Amino acid sequence: MARDLMAHEVTRREFLAGAGALVVSFSLAGSLLSQGGAAAAGTPGAAPALPADLAATPTLDSWLKIDSAGNVTVYSGKVDLGQGIGIAFEQIVADELDVSLAQITNLVQGDTALTPNEGYTAGSLSIAQGGMALRYAAATARQYLVGLAAKEFGVDPGQLTVADGVVRAPDGRSVTYGQLIGGHRFNLTVTSPPPLKDPSEYRYVGKPEPRLEIPGIMTGGSPVYIQNLRLPGMLHGRVLRPPSPGAQLLSLDTSRAAKMPGVVKVVRNGSFVGVVAETEWAAIQAVEALRSAAVWGQTNRFVPADQIDTYLRTTAHSDIRELDTGTALPALAKAAVRVKADYSVPYIAHASIGPSCAIAQLHNGNQWTIWSHTQGVYPDQQALSYLLGVPASNIRVIHMEGAGCYGHNGADDVNADAALLAAAVPGRPVRVQWMRADEFQWEPYGSAMSFRLEGGLDASGNLVAWNHDVWTATYSTRPGPPGWLLAGWYLAQPQLPGPAANVGGDRNAVPYYNLANARVYCHYIERSPLRVSAHRTLGAFRNIFAIESFMDELAAAAKADPVAFRLRYLNDPRATAVIQAVTKAAGWNPGPRPSGRGQGFAFTRYENAGAYVATVAEVEVDRATGQVAVRHIYTSVDVGQIINPNGLANQAEGGAIQATSWTLKEQVTWGAQAIESVDWVTYPILTFPEVPEVTVLPIDNPTLPPVGFGEAACVPIGAAIANAVFDATGARVRRLPLTPERVRAALSQA
Amino acid sequence: MAISFHLNGRPVSTDADPATPLLYVLRDEFQLNGPRFGCGLGQCGCCTVHVGDEAVRSCSVPVAGVAGQAVTTLEGLGTPEHPSVLQQAFIDEQAAQCGYCTNGMIMQAAAFLKQNPHPTEQEIRQALANNLCRCGTHLRFIRAIRRAAAQGVS
Ligand code: FES
Ligand code: FES
Repeated sequence: MARDLMAHEVTRREFLAGAGALVVSFSLAGSLLSQGGAAAAGTPGAAPALPADLAATPTLDSWLKIDSAGNVTVYSGKVDLGQGIGIAFEQIVADELDVSLAQITNLVQGDTALTPNEGYTAGSLSIAQGGMALRYAAATARQYLVGLAAKEFGVDPGQLTVADGVVRAPDGRSVTYGQLIGGHRFNLTVTSPPPLKDPSEYRYVGKPEPRLEIPGIMTGGSPVYIQNLRLPGMLHGRVLRPPSPGAQLLSLDTSRAAKMPGVVKVVRNGSFVGVVAETEWAAIQAVEALRSAAVWGQTNRFVPADQIDTYLRTTAHSDIRELDTGTALPALAKAAVRVKADYSVPYIAHASIGPSCAIAQLHNGNQWTIWSHTQGVYPDQQALSYLLGVPASNIRVIHMEGAGCYGHNGADDVNADAALLAAAVPGRPVRVQWMRADEFQWEPYGSAMSFRLEGGLDASGNLVAWNHDVWTATYSTRPGPPGWLLAGWYLAQPQLPGPAANVGGDRNAVPYYNLANARVYCHYIERSPLRVSAHRTLGAFRNIFAIESFMDELAAAAKADPVAFRLRYLNDPRATAVIQAVTKAAGWNPGPRPSGRGQGFAFTRYENAGAYVATVAEVEVDRATGQVAVRHIYTSVDVGQIINPNGLANQAEGGAIQATSWTLKEQVTWGAQAIESVDWVTYPILTFPEVPEVTVLPIDNPTLPPVGFGEAACVPIGAAIANAVFDATGARVRRLPLTPERVRAALSQA
Repeated sequence: MAISFHLNGRPVSTDADPATPLLYVLRDEFQLNGPRFGCGLGQCGCCTVHVGDEAVRSCSVPVAGVAGQAVTTLEGLGTPEHPSVLQQAFIDEQAAQCGYCTNGMIMQAAAFLKQNPHPTEQEIRQALANNLCRCGTHLRFIRAIRRAAAQGVS
């Protein structure tokens, strides 16, 4: 497989450079593309501009290739991270290009030698960015190909029809895409949006087309995962991570490890230590031998876990104004009823089921190939260029799927580990997979957050003031800029990061409700005690936990139904539609029940601009133990046009279940010096007996631009469950996770 | 001393250190894709294989422990062209997000269905209580197992 890629690379580079390409004998590019003014006609609501990723890489040949048999290769810079996005891209291209799905024979995702640079695959933007770039590219290609056929037949393009890559004239003449362009370049720069199909004409979009990789996954019949990629001559590496963050290696006797059978090399550079061996097991054993032979100087002193909330609020931070009408505090002072509450959320781990893995190979002295499950092959190419001290153009990063990542986990760091070890064995590919404890202790977490909310009600129970402070660390320390790769921090010449930009703690901090008097500030701490970065939804899950819990508290103070109370402050019909759909399906009827069962509601519009989602959670609370069981989650969702309903449902179910796990069970723990979450016993997640039923209620809006859902699905879950616990028991838990101890404590105060 | 066993119906032998966990022998020597490293601690199920009829965590069994025994991996149940009934049920239900954990789900369920061909949903949940999935695909796995059980074959 890798060898095919190598061969493919050469032809692809030549291809994009135009070398050896035949010039298409008649080019209608100019005249055809000038017709594109009716832009995006099939997508009302879409701006008549090119999707940003296509505008950034407007060469059509960068996105699509058609061979002489009419087989289509699609190139995307957006990668698969376990969400199964590939089939959605193929559906989009097949429909807009007018080929069958079977004619798309190859989808290349994320390869610095082959695919466009679409930055990171993150933020649930694969459809909105990557999918739309492909839609417009495919429409441009179709328009061009139909133009070629029209010229050949001497008829007006409008008289031609296309199906399965065959263009037909009214008189029965036909020509295939393969005949028109087969193997040649389009030589087109896309400058304006082509006309798009009306959604009613789509053959695949909107249908639950099955994912093509699934049979291979279920039978082991194809490698699928980078963990299964085996290259000729491949060696295995493992890294000895320090006992605590920042520890320095004082002395290391490598003699025993170096003599162990199968060990090829022990690598040490400052406090970075690793081993390369013939087999994985030999590498693992050698690292254990090194562990007992290493003497470390440890200086790390964590903020005690029970003081993290205070630390977040009192350490140095910069204060970002998110929203300030200037009237919130006076309105609060005048309010008939004031409500105030503090909430907090712990550090949450991505905790990928398959620890991070990479393969690196150094060839010809200074050329690198890195196989990686990174979220961004181009940013990683840049980051590795700093780490290795070679130009980015000497490094090829090829994406291959790993286990689901849910944000910035160890994927990029393990690339650095593999590269540093591969440097010691030139020519040989080195595969490194992190051990379970490596992943838990060294991945960057989603930051802990602390919230204070204040609200004011007038005498009739109307919400007249809103004051919201958020304390958090940044949600992005992704590599790209120098210094953000873990291994670099421990080198003899350490590569340390600069200050992190303040990103993502404010996601969904501004309520989607219409509030006349509101103030929202996000306070970013300057130094995070634990390593943090992008974690699924960034701050949105946390902010909405606070906001939507607080809306319930306000509704209770106003003696109003929590849903009816929210609807007073929403005048967006799409919001109302998801809320009505979910409350109807769930049989919304809150009120304490002697049985300890309860219902809770929460709503969000992701990033206040993306997917709409409304959730009802049904819980059962054991008053004696404080144990919360989530029985059923109902989730109604509007993502605009649904590309693949099965993919959407899968994301909705998975998001609901993972976020239920965050809500009930998850928190990273640490002692004085080291992270103590090291495995699935010390970092438990939701198990089969605890998993709720999930009912997904999709609302299709085929004429609205599609947006992603993988993150939005998670966002309302925490608040919906906490609100259900309140509904069931009258006890309000404002701190996640909702452990039995916390629920018992809240019950004793209720 | 080489260690011999049957792997997916064929006799094999390995010169690996007898203490090597079976998982690494299956993956690195026999190049199998199904069993995967998840934790190496017997906690997640990603590495599950059958030894005889029993589901076993290959990360926690030394290869010497399967000498003379019949080891079956995901590959031994079926192929992409001819999947087993249970594998086909997982395909039909599109029971994966990343799918990394599915080896464990299928192997655990296949062994379980032999003992209990017509389980209730609660029994399925209990049978998989020690198999972890981070993506939250549990409900699809349950549906796939029920679908296979309804067809009466594991
Ligand atoms: S890898 Fe064997 S149980 Fe997790
Ligand atoms: S499908 Fe990704 S861990 Fe189960």
